[in-house]
Amino acid sequence: MSERRVLVELRDVDKVYGTGPTAVHAMRDVNLTIEEGDFVAIMGPSGSGKSTCMNVLGCLDTPTSGTYLFRGIDVGSLDRDQRALLRRHAIGFVFQGFQLLGRTSALENVELPLIYQRVPRKERRRRALEMLAVVGLEGREHHTPAELSGGQQQRVAIARALVTRPSLLLADEPTGNLDSARKFEILDLLSRINRERNVTVVMVTHEPDLGEYAARRIVFRDGRIESDERLRPLEAWVS
Amino acid sequence: MIWSILAMALREIRRHKMRSGLTTLGIVIGVASVVALVTLGESSSAKVRADMASMGNNLLQVLPGSARRGPARSTARPFTIEDAQAIAREVGDAGLVAPVVTHGATAVAGHANHMTTVWGTTETYLAVRGFQIERGRMLTEMEHGAGVCVLGATVRKQLFGEDDPLGQRLRVGGVPCQVIGTLAPKGANAWGSDQDDLILMPLRTVQRRLRGNTEVGAVMVSVRSEAAIPRVKSQLESLMRERRKIRPGQEADFFVHDMKEVAEAMQSVTGTMTALLGAIAAVSLLVGGIGIMNIMLVSVTERTREIGIRMAIGATSGEVLLQFLLEAVALSLLGGLAGVLLGMLASFGFARALGLPPVLVPWIVGVAFLFSAAVGVGFGFFPARKAALLHPIDALRHE
Repeated sequence: MSERRVLVELRDVDKVYGTGPTAVHAMRDVNLTIEEGDFVAIMGPSGSGKSTCMNVLGCLDTPTSGTYLFRGIDVGSLDRDQRALLRRHAIGFVFQGFQLLGRTSALENVELPLIYQRVPRKERRRRALEMLAVVGLEGREHHTPAELSGGQQQRVAIARALVTRPSLLLADEPTGNLDSARKFEILDLLSRINRERNVTVVMVTHEPDLGEYAARRIVFRDGRIESDERLRPLEAWVS
Repeated sequence: MIWSILAMALREIRRHKMRSGLTTLGIVIGVASVVALVTLGESSSAKVRADMASMGNNLLQVLPGSARRGPARSTARPFTIEDAQAIAREVGDAGLVAPVVTHGATAVAGHANHMTTVWGTTETYLAVRGFQIERGRMLTEMEHGAGVCVLGATVRKQLFGEDDPLGQRLRVGGVPCQVIGTLAPKGANAWGSDQDDLILMPLRTVQRRLRGNTEVGAVMVSVRSEAAIPRVKSQLESLMRERRKIRPGQEADFFVHDMKEVAEAMQSVTGTMTALLGAIAAVSLLVGGIGIMNIMLVSVTERTREIGIRMAIGATSGEVLLQFLLEAVALSLLGGLAGVLLGMLASFGFARALGLPPVLVPWIVGVAFLFSAAVGVGFGFFPARKAALLHPIDALRHE
């Protein structure tokens, strides 16, 4: 068994919202290491700290105490703009509510992160079209979110997250707004991307059956990691 | 990058055409009024300058009476032909000197008659007042008291219509005379009176045969250069005080009238008006700026989720700030552009209606654009900063 490279590492991370008696302890003493290429499901009831953990991993939020290392970089030492650059180049997001720009075509939504990466126009278009094809949306490039179904919108969001070739894909309840048939389509897509593109996927969900799809399942309760089990060996995923 | 952001900004403006139009209205009105005012101000200045030039080049007039009380021929002593000769002889830089005497009279030719002003003067009058002979010739020194006349364009038209007046005979206030020339038309002066409604006759003819005395009503002096006007004016004053035996300190019974002063007074009135209305325009620009700030604040609130999305996918605060700032600047620049066009149209319309020459003032376009860009940056900054300082998670959760 060869040692795989560590992508992210949380060391004694605490996250507290607010101060005084109304303070909410969202994460307590969380220690977590995720290797490259893994497919991790973070589960737990609402309010258990799983979404906070996701925000911290995505550099959208910073720990109150403790250390977060992304590829060995101490995220706590980065300023706001440096964290934005880290997100721009290394992290892709898929949200429960899709979070697409309204009245903007699927193609332009997928191109958006490439604009911030300063990718030239032509290449931007080419890569966005290619990624839309990967998620199975050929022929819908010029539809706006309002003209697409929920499942299709989430595919656009996945294409947008992957078009920058990130090393980490964070999916926060990616199937929360979809019916069960669409749910498994999206999950199949995510696991296919994880294997074929060697993208590390961290998915937050509260639905137990979705957790079965992952290679590793972490359960949060009251801000702590309650259980952390490997469902499939990492090597089996990455061939 | 900046082009992509600019394209996004323009698209956002196009998306809300109605809102964008109404938002920029303040800027449109502000810029339009500035452009119209400055253009009209320039038009009227050009008109005053042209009028002054049409009354004669660097013209000084020595008139009887007091500068404070105005010309009063009844109380002040008139001048004599010798006064005019002394001025021509003794005042350096005086250039051309024309003694004049006027007399209201009716000119009759055949069945036509016309009430006009007869100017008794000399050959130099033409150059002093900037008149041109259209046909025939001017009076000469030789025709000292002769019954000859030169007709202004209005008089010629009234008496002879399209017929050739040269050599024709007419009676002016009962005095018979022959037409030897006609003047090219000059049009109305700054006060709107017709400068072509006159008949020129030899000074002596008017003095002796129409007025029955030897008085000279005024002496007109065309100064060689504009710079010499103050010096010539003071020389004229001291010469005439001496000739009229006015003791130092005593109030003079004549005064030297400077057309340039009148022109400057008229221009300063226009200037004050322009400044006043310019201030109103500035207030309008300010109100326009506040309008833009207001709508940008609304826009930032409406698009909070969009800002969150952009931040999540890696936009820095600076890029978010730039996006909203460019949107505000684009809005106000579009307003500025519309304002410039509207202002020019309005000023051309007004200039036409007021009979002013249409003028293009290129620098005002630059100033208008600079101002509207400044308004966009100034009033767009606060909303843009508000957007840039949003926390990505809060922004994403915003409903």
